[in-house]
Amino acid sequence: MNPMLALLARDLRLASRRPAEALLPVVFFVVAASLFPLGVGPEANTLKTIAPGIVWVCALLSSMLSLGSMYGSDYADGSLEQMLISSMSGFELAVAKCFAHWLMTGVPLLLVSPLLGLLFGLGWEAIGLLALGLLLGTPILSMMGGMGAALTLGLRNSAVLILLIVLPLCIPVLIFGAGAVSAAEAGLAPDGHFYLLGAMLLLTSLGAPVATAAALRISV
Amino acid sequence: MQAQDLTVRRGTEVLFKALSFTLHAGQLVWLRGSNGSGKTSLLRVLAGLSKPDSGQLRWNAEPLNQSEDYRAKLVYMGHANALKDDLTAMEALRFLTTVHGRACPQDRMEAALRRMGVFHRRKLPVRMLSQGQRRRVALARLVLEDRPGFWVLDEPFDALDDAGLTLVQELFRENVQRGGTVLFTSHIAVQPEGLPLTELRLQGMRA
Amino acid sequence: MKNLPRLFYFAAPSRFYWLASKAVPWLYAIAAAFAVWGLYVGFFVAPTDATQGDSYRIIFIHVPAAWMSMVIYLAMAGWAAFGWAANARLASMMARALAPTGAAFTFLALWTGAFWGKPTWGAWWVWDARLTSELILLFLYLGFMALVEAIDDTRRADHAGALLAIVGAVNVPIIYFSVRWWNTLHQGSSISMTAAPKMAHAMVEAMLLMTVAFWAYAFAVVFRRCSAIVLERERGADWVQALARKEG
Repeated sequence: MNPMLALLARDLRLASRRPAEALLPVVFFVVAASLFPLGVGPEANTLKTIAPGIVWVCALLSSMLSLGSMYGSDYADGSLEQMLISSMSGFELAVAKCFAHWLMTGVPLLLVSPLLGLLFGLGWEAIGLLALGLLLGTPILSMMGGMGAALTLGLRNSAVLILLIVLPLCIPVLIFGAGAVSAAEAGLAPDGHFYLLGAMLLLTSLGAPVATAAALRISV
Repeated sequence: MQAQDLTVRRGTEVLFKALSFTLHAGQLVWLRGSNGSGKTSLLRVLAGLSKPDSGQLRWNAEPLNQSEDYRAKLVYMGHANALKDDLTAMEALRFLTTVHGRACPQDRMEAALRRMGVFHRRKLPVRMLSQGQRRRVALARLVLEDRPGFWVLDEPFDALDDAGLTLVQELFRENVQRGGTVLFTSHIAVQPEGLPLTELRLQGMRA
Repeated sequence: MKNLPRLFYFAAPSRFYWLASKAVPWLYAIAAAFAVWGLYVGFFVAPTDATQGDSYRIIFIHVPAAWMSMVIYLAMAGWAAFGWAANARLASMMARALAPTGAAFTFLALWTGAFWGKPTWGAWWVWDARLTSELILLFLYLGFMALVEAIDDTRRADHAGALLAIVGAVNVPIIYFSVRWWNTLHQGSSISMTAAPKMAHAMVEAMLLMTVAFWAYAFAVVFRRCSAIVLERERGADWVQALARKEG
């Protein structure tokens, strides 16, 4: 079996043995997003306007939550060392890990987002656009986050550090993802936003695993 | 394996300078030195996990990082076992072998675990095994090696009982006899029967 | 040093330390002189602006500060990358020395921008493309500093910082354009922040003078900080011990 697939299968299997931990990001997503109506007030129009932004910010923060464990446990028990000197290149390792993270965090967020959309009173079209944006954007978050996780391996305050490092870099994703829905709500075409998100996804897919592999070599 | 003028640092501290040595096929080498003399760091450099500050490493006259042959022959085991707590012993072993491109059929892996004396625990999650049993599962990789390999092992005897010690030394002999090399560290004195043992000492700042 | 071209003469920490100690007083002097001259021209010679009155004069600090914030980021990323690629310790030390000064200029640019914004737009802050990207630049600086401080192993810290700085540098144009497009879509944006295209000669003069002053100041401060880092990191070296003994 291909080492990358073996790694992917292993990570999914490990996650399935600790389902509560695996679902934490999704739970956080829903809870955090639900706090906003409580803080901002239940005025329907306000909620509709701020909904895309809130969902995206919460998606960003939830993705970052599970990043510490992406490489953390492998680093601690020596598995990461073995993988780095294995027949897998650093690039392949990073890709497999990010894909696993996306499957376990990004996809659940994506699937739950319509629920949040309904909570905020968004129409079906808006929910669809929100989901499409998340489909393009969550892989980017996983990949950027992977790089951040690799840079902060084994450090004390890595959770906060990852946020500080990765969030500024993910801001364009936030802008276009949320912007697409807002644009559509305002009657403009959201196509441009999605093209840009797609372009960013492509660029990140090429660059982030390279940076992540380099970061792993630095940190180990 | 040829090392020339190796200088290795840990942080800002220089562990050793201008270390040179040559290892040949069929050698069993015990890397010795006091605590903190840089044994683990040297092993990591040989495994390709860190880069020396200066100096060259060559495998059959090729630089280490360009040698495909070295990649194929290297077996590195660090202090940690590289076994995931939540996987069963069998799954953990299968992952390690697959990742190194040495995937084996089920029966061979079972035979390896049996030889290491942990066959009866193969379906248990690793976290339920004792330290010694975990080490044995990790060492089962060595049983599955059938080519002459360059083994770089950091404290392989850790947590093993006498039977385990004998077993591992047998594995060393098998590798050496088919032309492989074994470089290991150990706090315990080992005396494998009928196998010449070379010592490589690290003494603070001198080789 | 073996047979390196003269360009790398000062790559040795000890020689850099010597250079810095000699150069810093001069740099401070130049900075002070140009600052006085520039502020004089800016506040007394340059004419009152037709639309903005006298409150525009803050741009003589604001614009040079913004330029410095961006240039320093590129310098920081460049030195860090060089230090990583060539394993040149002094280059990495220089990158670390540049970061706080860069962050300070960014903060100054944001702060003075707010003081300009209040009388001009009636608001301390607007989510204009430039302001937003400048704010994110501040976050990038803070991220770099936080990462480098958090890692104890100096070599790992240097290289990790270099990677982050490079990724950040690649992202800065992306961030800027994304924020500009977002801003355009949102409308409700206020007056463009580009200074009046045709500026009086004195205004240009003042800005350039202040820029030189800031450059000199930045060099002075960064050299001093880098010297301190050199002393700390090379404290085991003979020349540092000799220096310590001499100072008593």
